[in-house]
Amino acid sequence: MMLGKTAGGLFWMFRYLERAENTARLLEAGWRIALTRSSNSESEWKSIVTTAGMNIGFEAKHDTYNAANVINYLLRDKENPSSVMETLNQARANARLVRTALSSEVWEATNECWMAIKDELARPVSERNLHDVLAAIRYRTSVVRGALHGTMLRNDIFSFSQLGTFIERADNTARILDVKYYVLLPSAAYVGSNVDNAQWEVILRSVSAELSFRWLHGGTVSPMMIADFLILDRRMPRSLAFCYQEIDECLKQLQEEYGTRQPCRDKADAICARMRGHSIEGIFQEGLHEFLGEFIKSTTGLASAIEENFRYYG
Amino acid sequence: MRQVACGATVGWKTGGMTHAATFFDEMLSGAEGARDPYKVYYDWFENEDLKRLRRKSVDAETFFRKIGITFNVYGQEEADERLIPFDIVPRIIAAREWAKLERGIEQRVRAINAFLYDIYHGQEILRAGRIPRTLISGNEAFCPEMIGVNPPGGVYTHICGVDLVRTGEDDFYVLEDNVRTPSGVSYMLENRETMLQMFPELFTQLKVRPVSSYPQTLRRSLSASAPGSSPNAAPVIAVLTPGIHNSAYFEHAFLADQMGAELVESHDLQIVDGRVAMRTTQGYQTIDVLYRRVDDDYLDPLTFNPDSLLGVPGIMDVYRAGNITIANAPGTGIADDKALYSYLPDIIEFYTGEQAILKNVPTWRCSEPDALSYVLSNLKDLVVKEVHGSGGYGMLVGPAASKKEIAAFEAKLRAKPANYIAQPTLSLSTVPILSKSGLAPRHVDLRPFVLVSPNKVEITPGGLTRVALKKGSLVVNSSQGGGTKDTWVLGD
Amino acid sequence: MGDDMKLTITHKTTYDYDTPVHYALQKLRLIPRTGHGQTVLNWQTEINGGEKQVTFDDQFVNHTELVKVTPGTTRIEIISTGEVEVHNQNGVIGQHNGYAPLWLFEEATAMTAAGNQIRHLASLVRQETADLDDVARLHHLSKAILSRVTYETGQTDSTTTAEMALSAGHGVCQDHSHIMIAAARVLGYPARYISGYLFMDGYDQQDATHAWAEIWITGLGWVGFDVSNGISPDGRYVRVATGRDYSDAAPILGIRQGVGAENLHVSLQVQQ
Repeated sequence: MMLGKTAGGLFWMFRYLERAENTARLLEAGWRIALTRSSNSESEWKSIVTTAGMNIGFEAKHDTYNAANVINYLLRDKENPSSVMETLNQARANARLVRTALSSEVWEATNECWMAIKDELARPVSERNLHDVLAAIRYRTSVVRGALHGTMLRNDIFSFSQLGTFIERADNTARILDVKYYVLLPSAAYVGSNVDNAQWEVILRSVSAELSFRWLHGGTVSPMMIADFLILDRRMPRSLAFCYQEIDECLKQLQEEYGTRQPCRDKADAICARMRGHSIEGIFQEGLHEFLGEFIKSTTGLASAIEENFRYYG
Repeated sequence: MRQVACGATVGWKTGGMTHAATFFDEMLSGAEGARDPYKVYYDWFENEDLKRLRRKSVDAETFFRKIGITFNVYGQEEADERLIPFDIVPRIIAAREWAKLERGIEQRVRAINAFLYDIYHGQEILRAGRIPRTLISGNEAFCPEMIGVNPPGGVYTHICGVDLVRTGEDDFYVLEDNVRTPSGVSYMLENRETMLQMFPELFTQLKVRPVSSYPQTLRRSLSASAPGSSPNAAPVIAVLTPGIHNSAYFEHAFLADQMGAELVESHDLQIVDGRVAMRTTQGYQTIDVLYRRVDDDYLDPLTFNPDSLLGVPGIMDVYRAGNITIANAPGTGIADDKALYSYLPDIIEFYTGEQAILKNVPTWRCSEPDALSYVLSNLKDLVVKEVHGSGGYGMLVGPAASKKEIAAFEAKLRAKPANYIAQPTLSLSTVPILSKSGLAPRHVDLRPFVLVSPNKVEITPGGLTRVALKKGSLVVNSSQGGGTKDTWVLGD
Repeated sequence: MGDDMKLTITHKTTYDYDTPVHYALQKLRLIPRTGHGQTVLNWQTEINGGEKQVTFDDQFVNHTELVKVTPGTTRIEIISTGEVEVHNQNGVIGQHNGYAPLWLFEEATAMTAAGNQIRHLASLVRQETADLDDVARLHHLSKAILSRVTYETGQTDSTTTAEMALSAGHGVCQDHSHIMIAAARVLGYPARYISGYLFMDGYDQQDATHAWAEIWITGLGWVGFDVSNGISPDGRYVRVATGRDYSDAAPILGIRQGVGAENLHVSLQVQQ
């Protein structure tokens, strides 16, 4: 037996952890490119903030997109509800709410993650220590994930935690692609400029897939291959297809455990079927932007169906 | 609300034996060396490296922070989670001493439950003239909504935390009975876990009685008080918390977790089919026993404070219909009201026919003119408390107060004498803490935890020892800078 | 003064909500008891748009029902019907029942706390009735209240206190009863609030239930005083619920989650 509120707390705890991690990854990608490319760094930083979907809030506060402003806005600004620190505050508040459902290892890892990052982010972060801070965020969040996988029963508690993780991750990957979709369009490939390649790199790096992509595809890079890798490749743990495979698994587990098929499972099935029925060529023909827009909308719809079917809020 | 007279400063030497004690020290007041229960510990301590112990002390703090055993301080938004300092020197109680406390506590708790039944039914004790009616009639802690209610199993105070102080070898006093929603039991359990991890060797040398079964005993005890009419195969228990911003949230989550009960908040609950039920991922589940950590006034907005967002509308009606157990029962506060406290020996005699085993602190009721005039002329030697106060707020510790503070308090007292009681300053015992320079005596109290079920009273051997960390300080409340110690009750 | 009567009562309360109800409860004290000079021949409560959750006797031994409004509904109807036989006891109700001690009725409540106005009225009555017995003194008090507070609907509501109503100089039966109770307590009498029904010849259709006060007089027990009508209750009065004030004895008390307004409509027939 699990309280609806607990299911919601687990779901959001892991969504927020995933979100914090994703923001750190994105920042890391931007920072790499600012360091290694000679292009206009202000536009690089702007593109990072836009990809994170925080440009409106940022511009309300800052006039220029420079490293210090962007780093601190994304990592520790109290007025930015999506900053890593605010996101981790939310993750921990949810963890406190559902403490009775967590193994002590998961709770302690979460609490230590929060304490350590709070410490790291207590003062402004400079480019000089950015790498260490980002590494700490990635490390601390992966300890929580490790504790989850290593110590938790594979029951509804685990399923709701995983649902939060993969809904957030699917949404994140889709949004990154959607913000950048124009650099992936076939026409963009012919331009062949450094700027476009840099954008491809941002995309791959922001989902920590640059190296694995290279391993799989050798030196060949094309926008369609990148899109295929991030949308349909089930080997890639941040691809849309992989996320939905996991979501489907969680909903299947819940159905078995509770003995009831909930309407949200139909929704997830429909999204999975849609992806299975598509080749990357087909997606491009249909329109990448339209595909992603539809995907983001149906993922949001699925999240509210889960919330309703499992009575997060009554 | 603890206090001690500020007599002469205790003249201790670093980690040593010399002490010009005006206070009873539980470790070192022996005729020769450490007192009996502390002998093994003291020998061990003498051979320990102070540096190592201090490192352990730091480890303990890290441990507490990591597991998140914190409390929130009201009105301090920024630093909203604070640790209660933990001292690594245990407080040790001999088997013989404990046996007497146990008998005394059980007697008290039984009498209190009998009193509560009576006061919400026939009021025989008032008819018999054993306590004045005005003590009940003018008392906000009396809950008219409880009149005629028969709590399942006849239990009112499922969980009590009796506050005791010691002044000498055989002198224990009860300060407060805490029969509303006593807190602190999570510290008793976590303090022991910490000590077991840090000093396993001590536990092999000394027979310390375990406290770890408290959550299971609590579960069993609450289950035994479940209403007979339940449709559930086994009683379903839930812990009601005001939420994550409550100062004791850690404890609420901890207890629910350890008992295997759900931790619920107001918005998880509804009335379904005449019972209180919680919203689960699969629909509503009936609750049989609600261990509520929400005060009476906030418990049911349909019956009590209509603005409460923390309670369960209609729960009092479900309760009256016999469909749920509320632990502790509403209205128990009338039994630990400070004005009533002074009558506890009479209450014990009335319901049990026995003399009280544990002593009460002599108390002047300022509502009585003679007592008031005595109190007014002796303010500098007395402790004066608000009748309904708790947590060490709104009290005057005469010996520690300035002339100005005394004058200000005198005005309040004259304006509303019935609102106050006064007690002599007790010479509370001390137990050493580990200070920078070694052992140093600090004043302590003790809160054992008592579980009451329809057929049993169970007292966990141990409890929460609270210690005033400041030298000479009199107040042990955590909200006022007090700390805690592990409490060891030795086996025979 | 009426003689013994058999009264037929139909009391219908309707709440209309302008948005569907998410979660709402209604506590009903609508069932008269047999005893104290009345016999309930038959009585039933019908609920449309809600379900009874529990039934119990409260601390003042009022038959009480807790009803949950059906989620998603926009209207709940509560219909009480029954027949009650009433003997005229000239207002003398008599002995005290239940565990609630008499002293509880000596204490002021939030709605009956005495302020300057009520204390002034009480001391005036005390002076004016120094030579009278308890019953005469309390009738005098009742008249004094009616002369100061005219019966007028729509000026006060269910949250108006005794002191407020006396200062305002107008009110309804609830306000009259509260002032009577507050002043009687100042004079040292235990006093309580009664909600119930009143047969009014020529008024088949009423739009509110009635209320009056009962005062404890040593030797007689509880004695009723209907300030609004200037008499002690007779065979036309059906007692339904009692308490220290209106909030203890309110016929219906509700709590509701969510937004939107509610509209209350009462239709009441008391017939011979």
